[in-house]
Amino acid sequence: MIRLTVNGTVHELEVPSYRTLLDCLRYDLGLTGSKEGCGVGVCGACTVLLDGKMISSCIALAAFADGRSVTTVEGLARDERLHPVQQAFVDAGGFQCGICTPGQVVSAKALLDANPKPTDDEIREWMLGNLCRCTGYYKIIESIRAAAGRSRA
Amino acid sequence: MNAFDYRAPRSLDEALAILGEYGEDARVVAGGTALVTMMRQRLVQPRCLVSLRDVPGLERIEANGGLRLGALVTHREAEISPLVRERLPVLAETFRRVASVRIRHMATVGGALAHGDPNQDPPVTLLALEATVEVRGPRGARGILVAEFFRDYYETALEPGELVTAVTVPSLPAATGAAFLKFLPRTADDYATVAAAAIVTLEPDGARCREARIALGSVGLTPLRATSAERLLAGEALGEGLLQAAGEAAKTAVDPLSDHRGSAAYKREMTGVMVGRALGQAWEAARRAQARP
Repeated sequence: MIRLTVNGTVHELEVPSYRTLLDCLRYDLGLTGSKEGCGVGVCGACTVLLDGKMISSCIALAAFADGRSVTTVEGLARDERLHPVQQAFVDAGGFQCGICTPGQVVSAKALLDANPKPTDDEIREWMLGNLCRCTGYYKIIESIRAAAGRSRA
Repeated sequence: MNAFDYRAPRSLDEALAILGEYGEDARVVAGGTALVTMMRQRLVQPRCLVSLRDVPGLERIEANGGLRLGALVTHREAEISPLVRERLPVLAETFRRVASVRIRHMATVGGALAHGDPNQDPPVTLLALEATVEVRGPRGARGILVAEFFRDYYETALEPGELVTAVTVPSLPAATGAAFLKFLPRTADDYATVAAAAIVTLEPDGARCREARIALGSVGLTPLRATSAERLLAGEALGEGLLQAAGEAAKTAVDPLSDHRGSAAYKREMTGVMVGRALGQAWEAARRAQARP
C-alpha cells in the first residue's frame, strides 16, 4: 500500500512493486497528461514534480513517491484558469503537435518556481532535457520568457 | 519489469540485514536513474530492491577538513551546495555537467559510484581528488580509495552485502587549481566521449608545476589516472609544448571502446586534446589561487 498526494488529493493505492510512477499516474489514477516518450529518462515527456522537484516519472517507481507529493500537468490550472506558464505557451505558440508539451510546461513551472527571472542561458540549461521535435525550441524559450515577465517576480 | 520484493528500511542496520537475507538477489536503490532503467530493459532482474530513501543520515553535505557527501545527496544538491561550490568548485561543476537538471534531481552521489559505469562524470573528478568511498557491510565500515574502488567494467570493490554510505574528499593544497572538461559532440545531456579532470599545484615560484593529477572517463573499462602524463609535468614550467606532450602521454594510458560516441581511435585522439585543455585551465586556476592572499 502506498499513499501519495497528487495535485493536492491523497490517494491510497495497492500497486505492484514494478509499477512506475508514470504508469501509476496514467493507469491507476487516470491522469494521462504525463506521456511516455523514451522510457529511459531522456526525453522529458513524463516530467512531474516530486515534492516540488522535477523528475522523470518513467524511471521512478511509484513506491518512491510513497508519503510524498506529486504535481502533474493536470495540477497546474486553477479554477478553470490556465497557469501563467500554460497561457504563455498558448500565446507564444510554444507547441505544435503537443506530445512534449505537458513535460515542457511542468519543467518550465519548476524553473520559474526555483528562479523567477531566468536568463536565456538559464532557461536553455534547465530545459535541455525536454526534447521537442516540432518547434525548434525558439518558441518554447519565448513562452518561458513571457511567463517569467507575467509571473510575479 | 519483473516483480520483486520492495523494501524501504528505516535504518542502515535494517538495510544491511535485508541485504544479508537476500544475498546476491538484492540490489540497493537510491535515485533509481541507472538501476530502474536497467530493470526496465531487463538487463538486471533483482528479486529484492532495497530502497535507501527512508534511511536517515545519508543526505548530508559536511565539511570535515575536506568535504563529506552522504550517499543520498543528489547530483543537483552537490552542484548547488554553497559548501561544495566554495571548497571544491571543480566538484560542483562536475555534477553540473551530468545529464539534465531533472536527472540530477534523482541521481545520487552514492549511486554514481556503486553503479560502476565508466561513462559517469563524478568518479573522474573524485579519482583526481583522491577521494575515499565509505562503505558499510556485515563486518562493519571501511573506506576504499576511489583509485581502488573501480575494478572493471560495471564492477566495483563492493563485497556482497555492502553498500556505499558516503564519499570523503580531501581539500586541495594551496596554490592549486582544478578543471573538469567533458567532450560532448552530440547533445549537452549525453555521456562524455571523453571526460578529463586535471589538478595542478604550483611551486612557490609560481612558474613551475609541483604536482599534477589527471583523471579520465569514458576511455576505458574504469575511470583512469594518466600517471605517465602527470610525471611529465612535475617540476616543469607551463608552455604549449608541455601541454601537448602531456596530452600525448595521456593517450597511451587509455583503452577506449568504439561506440556511437566515437571510434576508439577518435576517443584516444580527443583524450590528448582534452587533457591539454584541462591542464591549461587548471594551471590558470592555480595561478589565480596563488595570487589570492
